[in-house]
Amino acid sequence: MYCYDELDQALVDQRVAEFRDQVRRHLAGELSEEEFRPLRLRNGLYIQRHAPMLRIAIPYGLISAQQLRTLAWITRRYDRGYGHFTTRQNLQLNWPALAQVPDILAELARVQMHAIQTSGNCVRNVTADHMAGIAPDEIDDPRPYCEIIRQWATLHPEFTYLPRKFKIAVTGSAEDRAASEVHDIGLQLRRGAHGEIGFSVRVGGGLGRAPAIGQLIREWLPLSELLAYLEAILRVYNLHGRRDNIHKARIKVLVKSLGTERFRAEVEREWQAGRAHATQLSAAELERVRAFFHPHSYETLTDCDPASGREPAFQAWYRYNTRAHRVPGYRAVLVSLKAHGAVPGDMTAAQMDGVADLAERVSFGLVRSTHSQNLLLADVPQRLLHEVWRELAALGLAMPNVGTLTDMIACPGLDFCSLANAGTISVARQIQERFDDLDYLYDLGEIELKMSGCMNACGHHHVGHIGILGVDKHGEEWYQISLGGSANGFTALGEVIGPSVAQHEVALTLERIVEAYRELREEGERFIDTVRRLGVSPFRERAYAAHPAAA
Amino acid sequence: MRHILRRRERLTDEWRYLGEEAADADPLIVPLAQLRSDPLRWQARSGALGARLGPADAVEDLAPLLPRLALVALEFPNPGDGRGYSQARLLRGRFAFRGQLRATGAGVRQDQAFLLARCGFDSLEPPPGTDLEAVRRAFNRYSVAYQPGSAQVALRQQRFGPFQGAPVSAPGDSSPKG
Repeated sequence: MYCYDELDQALVDQRVAEFRDQVRRHLAGELSEEEFRPLRLRNGLYIQRHAPMLRIAIPYGLISAQQLRTLAWITRRYDRGYGHFTTRQNLQLNWPALAQVPDILAELARVQMHAIQTSGNCVRNVTADHMAGIAPDEIDDPRPYCEIIRQWATLHPEFTYLPRKFKIAVTGSAEDRAASEVHDIGLQLRRGAHGEIGFSVRVGGGLGRAPAIGQLIREWLPLSELLAYLEAILRVYNLHGRRDNIHKARIKVLVKSLGTERFRAEVEREWQAGRAHATQLSAAELERVRAFFHPHSYETLTDCDPASGREPAFQAWYRYNTRAHRVPGYRAVLVSLKAHGAVPGDMTAAQMDGVADLAERVSFGLVRSTHSQNLLLADVPQRLLHEVWRELAALGLAMPNVGTLTDMIACPGLDFCSLANAGTISVARQIQERFDDLDYLYDLGEIELKMSGCMNACGHHHVGHIGILGVDKHGEEWYQISLGGSANGFTALGEVIGPSVAQHEVALTLERIVEAYRELREEGERFIDTVRRLGVSPFRERAYAAHPAAA
Repeated sequence: MRHILRRRERLTDEWRYLGEEAADADPLIVPLAQLRSDPLRWQARSGALGARLGPADAVEDLAPLLPRLALVALEFPNPGDGRGYSQARLLRGRFAFRGQLRATGAGVRQDQAFLLARCGFDSLEPPPGTDLEAVRRAFNRYSVAYQPGSAQVALRQQRFGPFQGAPVSAPGDSSPKG
């Protein structure tokens, strides 16, 4: 993984010193809340329902065992002994004290971590495919480019005060596990005719209000032009994005209002005109960063069938929670943060320590966070899988449900977030209880359930095969259900099936929907394919059949 | 009497804004719209001429007038409005403006000073009552940066340095420390 040099270290250390002074000035009354707000946001600090919330950056989801242990220690020392992994691969602390946040940031800086630009109207944590570097279908490892973009975006003097937040994702595989098409910029790695690396560039994707799928503005961008082109996009956005209405300030609104063609023309013009003064990516710098991501020194092994002759529980875990690795004899292990009864994405300090220990023993000391709020041990020898399973099970992290209905994405919701309209945690629990039978879950097969507590869509409900959106109805928590969304290769926005349902009826309604699927599916057909084939009507009929009053 | 930070030094502002009391020989800052509507009138003055742009003004509109201008003032109505940063990069880079580039308005605060300087501003005019010494100290918060302060240098070689086109020899504009 990338390792800081003196420049990187100096920058995060100086950032901590700057923020320490800003907090001091705020607490001393020299900076009003209004003046302090944009500064604290750019250091990952929100003021939430109960306490501040600190969002710690995990660049493109890659974290070392030592860093994970530090996070565990921080949650014990400064918080309540747990953290929450987000869809942007970051970690949120729910209970830090404002006055201690500079100390937390200093602890992070000691292990080459930070919370810079994890919120606020600036370029956010750059995300990537959690299978980067190990996926059999990969064109190139996206992480060196993510790291370069991270550095380029960090305290970028021109782009630190954008109209609105700005999210970039890079994917290197045919299967888009980074949901790049619903990002402000989605970069997809490509290979040219002579094997050279480049990108296709999509702009204007995003969820939240008025969700949109990114528009392709460039089929082929040579690698050397990456930063120059990003600067052109950001400059057009910075100068012309709307600043009069927070709900219309994302780049997707600018792309829509100009039209894709005109937006593309503006960017190309800016790119050409600005090339002489744009940031350039030298071959030497590229090589320097790439060297941090060279493949590990894998053992020479052959593939085996680790599940053969083992107990059914292990077989189920092997099937659902492990993934193919490009190196023979290895397997990627998903650490499920979706145990039934647990809050999706939450992890205790003890679990963090346990996974850190395990990573050091079996996976080159590295851990990854995934877009779907799980962790990944990327490089586990197949012969060790049974042992890894036992240890994860002892930590409560081996729930064999990855990819199934209860492997749901959920934002923290009304219990923590001051933006939320409705709770997500209690609904998640309700769903976990109703769908607690693993055989039933397995029969339903692959279903992506995504839940947000408000229309800001942190839970990505628009692109869930099943999406749940919490809404406020006269002070009560209600839930709108959509079907048919997807962010994985074939990006589509879900269609709302009808009126929202009361909180206590969410899981019941889901059950009616998946029961309809069980009746309507063709042999071997996945849920999402049945929805695509038939549309939402048959599901709507079933979902509301028993309680017409809801209409 | 107005005080500004010019090349990181606290100075009495010698410039006047249109509408303020000014002799014909005084340096005068005129809003872009007035400047464009009657350029000859302003150029006939004996004093130095500057332009003032709001965040929505297009820098391109100023281009024909730039050779005659000794100063461009860009407005930051609040700290969150970052358009002036892009306007500054364009002026210093593409339009090769070498005169005084000033940030003015309620958005010019100590916490913005570092970014403003990196974008080519060599003059800050924070709102009246601002502790200019605190703003001056804020330039030194960072000794490193990833992005170029001048063009065509690889990402990693960046350290503090004048943005391309900024007055290279200006005291106080160079690296604050090693």
